Amino acid sequence: MATFNLKINGETKEIDVDPSTPMLWVLRDHIKLVGTKYGCGIAQCGACTIHLGDNAVRSCQLPVSAVGEQEITTIEGLSENGDHPVQKAWLEIDVPQCGYCQAGQIMTASALLKRNPHPSDTEIETAMNGNICRCGTYTRIKTAVKTAAES
Amino acid sequence: MASIKTKIGRRAFIKNTSLASGGLVLGFSFLNSCKPKQVAEMAVQEMPKEWFEINGYLKIGDNGLVTILSPNPEIGQNVRTSMPMIVADELEIDWKDVLVEQAPLNTDLYSWQVAGGSRSISSSWQSLRMAGATARQMLKEAAAKAWQVPVGEISAVAGKLTHEVSGNSAGYGDMASAASQIAVPEEVDLKERSEFSIIGTSRKNVDGRKIVTGQPLFGLDVQREGMLIATLAHPPAFGMQLKSFDADSAKQMPGIKDVFSLKIYDDDFKRSAFHHTAFNEVIVVLGESTWQVMQAKKALKVEWENAPEVSVGMSMFGNEMKVNFPAGLENSTNHRLKMEELNARKGKVVRKDGNPEAAFKNASKVIERSYSAPFLAHNTMEPMNFFANVTDDHAELLGPTQTPEWMEPAIAERLGLPIEKVDIMMTRQGGGFGRRLYGHFMVEVAAISQKVKAPVKLVYSREDDMSQGIYRPSYYATYRAALDADNNLTALHVKTGGIPESPLFANRFPAGALDNYLAEDWTIESNITTGAFRAPRSNFIAGAEQSFLDEVAEAAGKDPIELRLELLKRAQENPVGERNDYDAARYAGVLELVKEKSNWESGNQGMNRGVSAYFCHDSYVAQVLDIAMEKDKPVVQKVTTAIDCGIVINPDAATNLAEGGVVDGIGHAMYSAITFKDGAPEQKNFDKYRLIRHSEAPKSIETHFVQNDIDPTGLGEPPFPPIMGALANALYKATGQRHYHQPFITEKQVLG
Repeated sequence: MATFNLKINGETKEIDVDPSTPMLWVLRDHIKLVGTKYGCGIAQCGACTIHLGDNAVRSCQLPVSAVGEQEITTIEGLSENGDHPVQKAWLEIDVPQCGYCQAGQIMTASALLKRNPHPSDTEIETAMNGNICRCGTYTRIKTAVKTAAES
Repeated sequence: MASIKTKIGRRAFIKNTSLASGGLVLGFSFLNSCKPKQVAEMAVQEMPKEWFEINGYLKIGDNGLVTILSPNPEIGQNVRTSMPMIVADELEIDWKDVLVEQAPLNTDLYSWQVAGGSRSISSSWQSLRMAGATARQMLKEAAAKAWQVPVGEISAVAGKLTHEVSGNSAGYGDMASAASQIAVPEEVDLKERSEFSIIGTSRKNVDGRKIVTGQPLFGLDVQREGMLIATLAHPPAFGMQLKSFDADSAKQMPGIKDVFSLKIYDDDFKRSAFHHTAFNEVIVVLGESTWQVMQAKKALKVEWENAPEVSVGMSMFGNEMKVNFPAGLENSTNHRLKMEELNARKGKVVRKDGNPEAAFKNASKVIERSYSAPFLAHNTMEPMNFFANVTDDHAELLGPTQTPEWMEPAIAERLGLPIEKVDIMMTRQGGGFGRRLYGHFMVEVAAISQKVKAPVKLVYSREDDMSQGIYRPSYYATYRAALDADNNLTALHVKTGGIPESPLFANRFPAGALDNYLAEDWTIESNITTGAFRAPRSNFIAGAEQSFLDEVAEAAGKDPIELRLELLKRAQENPVGERNDYDAARYAGVLELVKEKSNWESGNQGMNRGVSAYFCHDSYVAQVLDIAMEKDKPVVQKVTTAIDCGIVINPDAATNLAEGGVVDGIGHAMYSAITFKDGAPEQKNFDKYRLIRHSEAPKSIETHFVQNDIDPTGLGEPPFPPIMGALANALYKATGQRHYHQPFITEKQVLG
């Protein structure tokens, strides 16, 4: 066990966990932010995507000890009132079916738009390819990403 | 209006904690906004000081807000929005004044609280309408009493009661208290279809905002004071069982509370297929956090041994049967050989029309093709999990299940509690696809909680989930067609089977359209557990049949849609046999619609086009799939879908579901498989198990619904099976290669 001071969604959180614990489980079990989802545990599905600084990363493969001073943003902290352009586009297009993967999709999409505000279809596909949607909402996700890019 | 006898009881709600009365505020119209610019404007309305229960489906607040309980499990089919829409329409309330809550399992109040068979809407269509209409009538009667006017003169529109002659008017909230005291009417008027104001209009997902902001919704999100986390270790292969284990080092690990073995069911437990598990004895690792129990599980030292053959008594919808699970460690290569061998023998004749033997003997051309499909894992994105808090005299269960109603008796029996002491509540579910019809994990967590006397959340890792069983069965089929000298289809023969079930629907099209028809099947026992997977059996046989008809059309020199329409015309005008279970006119209807909407007749427009149509779950679906070659790689450009599922409740959400079926079908036909080596699944996570990804989805999907006044039929499953045929047929046009064995990617890597 070791103590970590983490910057999460603009707040500092002190937690005492084993240094090998992935951020996914630190967020879900210790900080009780459950919007970040467990899907595979091996960085293959994207359900656990968070932002480390400005980058979308898979939190299931990010040990808490590797975070250091970097800012973490989760789906709960993406915007203050749930009104990030990507979240708004997701609602406008009514993307979700079961909804389980969508937090990860939104975190990947918002990181993409931050570094590339007007991605091509191919760029969207490439950026989003690591996020599985088992319900098959891919065409709506692409529409929503484009809608957010235009807003 | 249609008068209908009511069956609504007055039984009180189970008190719900999430809507405390008085003084609370909450944003709600956010989700009901149709226009994007309004999305960010959150209206805030005060919660009522008091709620009045009108019936088991709804309560009305003193300020006119209405809470509607959605009875069925929400697995992504959007019933938590569409079921309340039906109630709200008959109630005559503005949708923006509606709050939705999940109803708990209550077999006295609700029927078919099951997410299965695409039946949520169709089985509750009447009761949901009655719930709304009954409440509307009671509000009217309360107003009539208050104003001393005839009830027949009162109108109810959008939450407002009006008596024009006297000039009286009141909101539902004003009359809610009085209405809750009115006797439930014995007959109520239901709206005509032309009077619907909510049904048939697109409404946003009521959980949309919670989903996109990451609020707790799913079973895995459940948190309780003092809750422990459990994970299970099950045998690594089918045909194995627990021999012994050493948990000394696991128990020493941080956060670990206990490690013990657990038997799920007693040997004489009378189970149904929905209770069954391949692994009746497992090792439980119990601890404080998920990561800790997952790590401790790796430190277990376990000896597994080969299991003997078992024969299990099961009941399935009242039918008692013995199901045999043979001993041995099975292999996919042997599975394939065995299926080919069985298919080469004579099968069990399920249907025979005319004289197929003679027709084949006299044929000028015979086409014979074989098809197969592997086992599949459901792979809901949210792995199996459930919460239980079992005390001496009560069991509370909370989590994702498609069959709370069917699991409750098994849980009660396992715990030794009377069934009324078991309460089950459903969370939103991260996918179902049939996997959560099989709720052994609910029995497991209840038994663990009872043993350790603490609230427990059971969590399956992805590897546990993918290697636990309940797979889509593996199938094999051979189709034969006889053509005469004029290229008329004179006979069709299907022989098919699977491990462990046959996918045959002997009375579906093209049965009934042919004078000479033969359908045979066979099955092979296995110790690998299987279960329903989105559109069970149809999810293989539709693709095989529709690929085969494409080859028949080609051999006969006919347009593939025209060939199907000719057969359907025959089935409609002069059907063969009496057990045909489809409506040929509606079948033809979706083919006509997809033909029109895909501009089929204007040529291929540079695309390689494949068509397919299928009937299941009482609905009809036809699809045209377009492939373009990009740098020698076939890419799915567009899918056009035509659906006849009767009245559509929520068109945009229905379209979403149909789009999902298309993507899901292309994905599984192209990429996915579970294979076995010595009883062990060779794919346990998404590094080896391929699911379709963004870049492989169609570039666009268009969905069209047949407009009619038929009561709603299934939608979750029907768009899934036929797309596999459309895909195979379009791939053939694009590459010149027919595809017979799923996943197609193993035949030849074709899709980019």
